[in-house]
Amino acid sequence: MYVAHLTIPIRTLTTETREVLLGITCKDCTIIVASKAAMRGASILKVNDDKTRKLNKNTLMAFVGEPGDTVQFAEYIQANIQLYSMRNSSDLSPREVSSFVRSELAKSLRSRSPYTVNLLLGGYNPILSRPELYWIDYLASCAPVPYAAHGYAQYYCLSILDKHHHAGISFEEGMGILRMCTDELKRRLPVDFKGVLVKVVDKEGIRVEDYVDEKPVYAP
Amino acid sequence: MDTLVARYTRPAFQNEGYSSADDQQAAQDLAPLSLSLNFALPPIASTASWLRAMTDDHSNPNCPIKIAHGTTTLAFRFKGGIIVATDSRATAGNWIASQTVKKVIEINSHLLGTMAGGAADCQYWLAYLGMQCRLHELRHKRRISVAAASKILANLVYSYKGMGLSMGTMCAGVTPTEGPALYYIDSDGTRLSGNLFCVGSGQTFAYGVLDAEYSYDMEDEVALELGRRSILAATHRDAYSGGFINLYHVKEEGWVKHGFNDTAPMQVALILLLAHDCSADFHCSFWETKLTKGEFSNVSAKLEETSGRV
Repeated sequence: MYVAHLTIPIRTLTTETREVLLGITCKDCTIIVASKAAMRGASILKVNDDKTRKLNKNTLMAFVGEPGDTVQFAEYIQANIQLYSMRNSSDLSPREVSSFVRSELAKSLRSRSPYTVNLLLGGYNPILSRPELYWIDYLASCAPVPYAAHGYAQYYCLSILDKHHHAGISFEEGMGILRMCTDELKRRLPVDFKGVLVKVVDKEGIRVEDYVDEKPVYAP
Repeated sequence: MDTLVARYTRPAFQNEGYSSADDQQAAQDLAPLSLSLNFALPPIASTASWLRAMTDDHSNPNCPIKIAHGTTTLAFRFKGGIIVATDSRATAGNWIASQTVKKVIEINSHLLGTMAGGAADCQYWLAYLGMQCRLHELRHKRRISVAAASKILANLVYSYKGMGLSMGTMCAGVTPTEGPALYYIDSDGTRLSGNLFCVGSGQTFAYGVLDAEYSYDMEDEVALELGRRSILAATHRDAYSGGFINLYHVKEEGWVKHGFNDTAPMQVALILLLAHDCSADFHCSFWETKLTKGEFSNVSAKLEETSGRV
């Protein structure tokens, strides 16, 4: 744990704060959620952006941060993890992936142009039969957590997750909590993040979960 | 120069009818206070920008005046009246100045105000509002409406706009004419009526818990529990909120106070950890919520574990 880093004043990431990243672990899967809008300055450039990359059969990485850095870093990690799988005919566990990602970010942080990327790494460990979730930021802090968020979503969703998340909840309960979170974001965030993409990692692999989110929500 | 001249000159008719300057002064002293008090200002060209330079902790960590900031307060209307809840921490920069602040001011038996922002500004102006409300009561022989009380405060802070006041307050009350009424007033001069407000640095955390389960048709007990749980959520996540939970219920008959409850009493935590016995009435603590309801699952209750999970 590198919690000491968290006390460093964090550089303001103008796009990162408008983007939404959430992760929730359930009894036998991890739910990873990312907002679909790709924003630059005052405009939304794309409404079905996928801010996630599949690293191996049971590890998914979601990213927000400096435009350009994000996809470059994610695909660099993706290529290296895939290379490892090919060379060794076996996948790294989510924990091992998190360790690699953290060390790459730590190296980058001490370079002339560090990657400004915040990540959630969600996975399922098929050997230990349990879900895993890692919260990683651009200062290369890495923490295993039962639920996590990045950007403004932290301020609204962590208190909901604190209250409603319990150890060993079912997938349906997890989706129920996610609905509470997205409703709250729609209610209180001043920007329209164009809904969320929901992906689920379980022992079968990674799948996209249909998420109907058309009902308008109003502040009481 | 013109402003100086304007301050010390007055039309000739104002001197009529007094036999001496003393009489005139006495009449002035007895005259009702104007709404906006005249404070002596420091002899500086732009007081507002000077104050900003002296107090801006964010851009200059060595600023000489650190204003007490940081709070979570909430109030919401429901069928049984209005719930008002606050934390009790006062911070000045990174320093916790107090853990036992009363952030709810009891204006009269039917009217409450909450304080967020600069502690001195809030305390002073809400006390002043209390005085104006009492004067209104004496003059008109009935209690002031919430709309009028909130407007007094809004007009007052608006008259000082740009001069560095920092406050975010709510006025909650029940009057025969309005029923339960809730207003939000801040130092920008904004005044809004509404069903539900959270104010302060912990507002987002409180909104998260409150919005998810808020309904106008809640029962009293459910509403009180939701209010205290929302403040607990904010004291857990916001470094500038903490201490005790102050809970009020405003009803038609007036407000009722529901305690000043510690969020993390140490001895209770130990008792609960050792015995897992939650029969004792330690209603509001973080540990009680965690151990009896299984919430806050990212916090470990075991002493040997250093992180949540590996």
